[in-house]
Amino acid sequence: MASPAPSHTRHEHDERFQTESDRLIAPGHDFASVTDSISKIVLQRRTPLGWWLGFAAAFGVMQLLLYAIAHLLFVGIGVWGVTIPIGWGFDIINFVWWIGIGHAGTLISAILLLLRQEWRTSINRFAEAMTLFAVACAGFYPIFHTGRPWVAFYWLMPYPNTMGLWPNFRSPLIWDVFAVTTYATVSAMFWFVGLIPDLATLRDRAQSKPWKIVYGMLAMGWRGSAKHWHNYETAYLLLAGLATPLVVSVHTVVSFDFATGIVPGWHATIFPPYFVAGAIYAGFAMVLTLSIPLRKFYGLEDFITMKHLENMAKVMLATGLIVAYGYMCEAFFAWYSGNPYEKYMIVNRMTGPYALSYWALILCNVIAPNLLWSKRLRTSVPFLFFISFVVSIGMWLERFVIIVTSLHRDFLPSSWGLYAGTQFDWAAFIGTIGMFLTLMFLFVRFLPAISIFEMRTLVPAAEMPEEEHQ
Amino acid sequence: MSADSKLAPGEMRVEFGGVRPRHERGRALWRSLDQLEQSPEFLEFLHREFPQNASEFTDPEGRREFLRVMSASLALAGLVACTKQPAELIVPYVRQPEQIVPGRPLFFASAVLDGGYAKGVLVESHEGRPTKIEGNPEHPASLGGSDAVTQAAILELYDPDRAQTVRSFGEIHSWAEFVAALQPVLEKQRARKGAGLRIVTEVVTSPTLRKQLEELLLELPEAKWVQWDATARNARAGATLAFGEAVETRWHLDAADVVVSLDADFLAAGPASVRQIRDFASRRKIDGEHAKLNRLYAIETTPGLAGVNAEHRLPVRPSELDGLVRALAAALGLPVAGGTSAHAAWIGPLAKDLQAHRGASLVMAGDSLSPAAHAIVHLINERLGNVGRTVSYSAPVAAAPIDAVAALTELVAEMSARKVEALFILGANPAYTAPADIAFADAMMLVPFRVHFSLYDDETSERCHWQLPEAHSLEAWSDALAFDGTATIVQPLIEPLYVGKSAHELLALLSSRPDRKGYDIVRDHWRSRLGADFEKAWRRALHDGLVAGTALPEKAVAVKVGDWTKAAVEPPASGIEVVFRPDPTVGDGRGGNNGWLQELPKPVSKLTWENAVYMSLATAKQLGVRTSSNYEGRTESAGEPTPQGTITDVVQLALGERKVSGPAWVLPGHPDGVVTVHLGYGRWRAGRVGNGAGFNAYALRSGASPHWEAGAQLVKTAFTTRVACTQDHWSMEGRHLVRSGSLDEFEHEPRFAQEMGEDPPKATTLYPPHPYEGHAWALTVDLNTCVGCNACVTACQSENNVPVVGKDQVARGREMHWIRVDRYFEGRPEQPDSIETWSQPVMCMQCENAPCEVVCPVTATVHSDEGLNDMIYNRCVGTRYCSNNCPYKVRRFNFYLYQDWTTPTFKMMRNPDVSVRSRGVMEKCTYCVQRISKVRIDAKNEGRPIKEGEIQTACQQACPAEAIVFGDQNDATSRVAKLKASPRNYGILTDLNTRPRTSYLAAVRNPNPEMPKASHG
Repeated sequence: MASPAPSHTRHEHDERFQTESDRLIAPGHDFASVTDSISKIVLQRRTPLGWWLGFAAAFGVMQLLLYAIAHLLFVGIGVWGVTIPIGWGFDIINFVWWIGIGHAGTLISAILLLLRQEWRTSINRFAEAMTLFAVACAGFYPIFHTGRPWVAFYWLMPYPNTMGLWPNFRSPLIWDVFAVTTYATVSAMFWFVGLIPDLATLRDRAQSKPWKIVYGMLAMGWRGSAKHWHNYETAYLLLAGLATPLVVSVHTVVSFDFATGIVPGWHATIFPPYFVAGAIYAGFAMVLTLSIPLRKFYGLEDFITMKHLENMAKVMLATGLIVAYGYMCEAFFAWYSGNPYEKYMIVNRMTGPYALSYWALILCNVIAPNLLWSKRLRTSVPFLFFISFVVSIGMWLERFVIIVTSLHRDFLPSSWGLYAGTQFDWAAFIGTIGMFLTLMFLFVRFLPAISIFEMRTLVPAAEMPEEEHQ
Repeated sequence: MSADSKLAPGEMRVEFGGVRPRHERGRALWRSLDQLEQSPEFLEFLHREFPQNASEFTDPEGRREFLRVMSASLALAGLVACTKQPAELIVPYVRQPEQIVPGRPLFFASAVLDGGYAKGVLVESHEGRPTKIEGNPEHPASLGGSDAVTQAAILELYDPDRAQTVRSFGEIHSWAEFVAALQPVLEKQRARKGAGLRIVTEVVTSPTLRKQLEELLLELPEAKWVQWDATARNARAGATLAFGEAVETRWHLDAADVVVSLDADFLAAGPASVRQIRDFASRRKIDGEHAKLNRLYAIETTPGLAGVNAEHRLPVRPSELDGLVRALAAALGLPVAGGTSAHAAWIGPLAKDLQAHRGASLVMAGDSLSPAAHAIVHLINERLGNVGRTVSYSAPVAAAPIDAVAALTELVAEMSARKVEALFILGANPAYTAPADIAFADAMMLVPFRVHFSLYDDETSERCHWQLPEAHSLEAWSDALAFDGTATIVQPLIEPLYVGKSAHELLALLSSRPDRKGYDIVRDHWRSRLGADFEKAWRRALHDGLVAGTALPEKAVAVKVGDWTKAAVEPPASGIEVVFRPDPTVGDGRGGNNGWLQELPKPVSKLTWENAVYMSLATAKQLGVRTSSNYEGRTESAGEPTPQGTITDVVQLALGERKVSGPAWVLPGHPDGVVTVHLGYGRWRAGRVGNGAGFNAYALRSGASPHWEAGAQLVKTAFTTRVACTQDHWSMEGRHLVRSGSLDEFEHEPRFAQEMGEDPPKATTLYPPHPYEGHAWALTVDLNTCVGCNACVTACQSENNVPVVGKDQVARGREMHWIRVDRYFEGRPEQPDSIETWSQPVMCMQCENAPCEVVCPVTATVHSDEGLNDMIYNRCVGTRYCSNNCPYKVRRFNFYLYQDWTTPTFKMMRNPDVSVRSRGVMEKCTYCVQRISKVRIDAKNEGRPIKEGEIQTACQQACPAEAIVFGDQNDATSRVAKLKASPRNYGILTDLNTRPRTSYLAAVRNPNPEMPKASHG
């Protein structure tokens, strides 16, 4: 067993464990019990039947994605509902949706780490995993939504070539490529570096030889020496520093896809902050969606406490209000600018063929989060589970409204059209959800879903004498 | 069969008892099962194969016949692919033919027929393959312009669904076999002087064919020649009534200040339509700030191009037309009774305006008008002193004009009485196009020998013993007359792709000289007419595309006032009135298998791939037909637009026992209580493209009233259907896209159009402006002369290898046209006479600040130093971002592999200078960059600058109105630079700072201030 980790911060145990909704770890835990209860999920010999059922269902749904992609590659992008003038549909809606979901991970890991929010500890690991998997799902769309994915996947990269040709650095899609690949790389590194001490724990505790070897290789020779811890701490902080601007930059860049366009409903300076807030909003909703069943089925209520859930609800409320402000600004500037196209756009959103989506969006993203003002609802697990779905749907609708209702009636009424996702759009969307859940199932089965060593720092015994740390 | 191991593979010993003659020795080699079995068919085949008609040779009676047929067969031998392959030269030229430079096209003058009349064309030929049709600037029916149907003839030539072989009951045969089968029939008819022989043709203008037919009728005096054309013009009866003889009426729109169209769709259809557009548009050109414009009044039922371009449009029911004509005549002081008092506020100022422009006015009558009304119109023109100025008369152009319906009725009676023994149908498709009350299709089955000679194996072929493939007019020698009688020698551009023959060759088979080739027949005919130096004159005629001096002279005729000035019989006013019109794109159905024409949006409704039951909004609301409204309750489109097409209700239309069902379609401006159905759809044997599209309106049409009929029952059914409309939305939404003003406004403020929009100053950028020092290509579209005829759309499709995508894809908004004609309505949709319609051709604007360029991640669309927004197909990965960011939505995406990459004939058809795009790439208008490059190379080789007017885009070249002008805006002397300097010049959406190179010249209308206001929006 690895030695106890030094704490990142000072702890105020006496107060922390006073009320149920205030504590970050249930009373009565010591180093061993924390390690045991988290690592046993991974190291248990028998895989629970529930896991098998869930995994089989998710894996089955993932096959839809394979079918949808195969058909797309053979026949063409026409199997989707995209058309002229609505050149983007489910593809980019889902891309932005998944990328948004992917935001919570980095936010929790990096920004809350730097802000010394200890409550992040029990949720950061799977939030980071969720980020990675969401980015993987998101990354699928920009490649396969192109007409010729077999060239798109490398022509968008700046690589030296015999044609002497670079991508167009003025195009936000190129910025997207950089932003998303950077984000994926840093997130993966951050996640993996954070895993190393726990992988060593698993290596030490694994019962079978093969797993010892696998976890041993992944642990990269971690022995828990003070020098290791020192290097680890430095690396982790540096990565956190690297990742922090990405939380803001990725969705800012994604919002540029729209904001730099001239389409009424896209061309707005409010987009970057409003997109980032929306991404955090959606990301925390997804963390809630995942953590509530996770703590329930694996008995992790001791580690993911009501305080965590409530904090996440508060973040959702705050970001939800920023998003609502964004909607307000869109409507206000459509009127204030006097621009006839913008004006028509907002009236069309509210009353046109897609008015239902718009009002559903308002319901999900403006009205629903305000319920979180209530402490009673904020601390009700079933309600939080429910509202996390509402927010996820709302954020999907937001992208639908931004992309589809802006494009379908832009400048020349002669070219106006309508859009709807086809069965292949839905298959790809549901398929990516299947892929996401499949990866999540594999993750909770083979890796510790909660950071063991960081949880150990929350145990009362980890209380260190008063000293200046770092 | 045999397990004999000594035999080599493929050889089998056969012991079929006594089947094979015993005396044959050696190995039994056989070529087919028929030979093996010695079946009667095989013995017959051996007997017939060589020499043909051998048995006749042993029969002394038939020997003469044999020699005759033999000669015909030998003449055919070179053409008949089934028996002998023609020599094919696959080596390169040893001596290169003069004038052919690989990669450089040649142009040949010829003609494409429209309803039998010639439209002069120049056909572009790449190494022997015709690829593009242009108007012939020398030809009176073209003057360089053309129309969509003419352009689409090139696709018809290469249509793989064309009849390719001689067929009998579905079996493939040879011409020789047909000739053999023909002989006994001909013999019998010769003996009876042709009493049982009937020949059905379409309208014939070809002097050669006419002579051949006349000679045949001399030879077989009892035979009859029937001309059937479902859309034949109705003016003949009127002219006969007025003048006592059938004369051709010619309109000289270039001389008319005031034009009245009485349901005459003179800009859309007819043999002279291209010329009429040119003449009409010539009176709408504005140079500088002052103009003398003509004024068009359109009284019409179905909203058509005449109404779109009219200053004053009066939508009326067809039953009202007669009364209105009479009222107009009465208002002009003519002794005509029976005028209606309705619309007096309209007729009064109109009559006054006509009186004020005596000798410079023109009243035109359309098909829906009765012969009496036509006669009255002749009288009006005569009394207004227009004859000889804006209207003239000549002898009929078409050969042997007859009343088509009467002739067909008589033929059906004869067939039913079994008096017809041999029926030859040349080109026409009467089994499909005959009126429903003339049971042609049933009656023809009683004829013992039926032959159909046509381009397609169609509905009539289905009912014939023999289907003979006709050579396309680009494949065979012929001749034809234009609307004014000008003759054109139709010369082939390519050997027949299949075994087709021309009508001349077919008629030769019926005559006593069956072995003559089309070339000789046509030449022999003209030898007598072209004078002494025949060869020179012949070459001249071929080169020019017309025989000079053949236009029919004007004929002085005087109106003989008759009974027709008395009041007409009032038609029954009950029930819905139904108007029958040939379809604006597929015509009477002959364009049914032509994808270009099927996908071409109908000029006003913008429907593709089908016809519909057009009606007014009030009629639709009465029926409960669905439409779409905005939140204010304003109806903004017909049907219910969805992402997969527009859902509309199916209505059933009944005239007595005759019933059809079709999609209801609301057309703003359509009068109430009337519906319009277009002919040419609902075909079941058109080919793979046309089968099953639309409904068959012929099933509703009677021979007695083929243009309109009253008393119809119209009910909504419980069914809905999905139609493909390229522009659902009616309104311009208050955006200044088509800018227009009256002549007064223009003279008061010539820059009225520019004041409607906003041009951001060029200084609002951090970057230095691009200088564009060399050429700066630019284009203007004059909305005052553009009539919205669609010729540019098909011309572009042909020039730029634009694919056809099919109804489902159009319904999903994925049509590929690089240029489209936008249509907007102004006025109150529920009030037909308040509707004004505008058309606006939209191609790539080639923005100097192109929004598409910045967003492309792979630089697949970039700016040239001459200001073109170039598309690099090879580099495009298909993110569609450029299209999203294009405010004009002119970019088109290959969602699937839309191009047909496999059909061999289509490979021949394509323009070799333009890439054939693949799946997953974006494409759009290039200003015909291949034409620019070609001229640039030529100029460079010759060391000279590019001359003004040397480069013409395909849309510009086709435009009959000369509304599109392309050129170098840096050259101050160029036409385009001068037009750009015009006060009427404006760009659309320039407030976005796109700086489009395509700009528009605002429309200036010349309304009559005395007219009631409602008609002018």
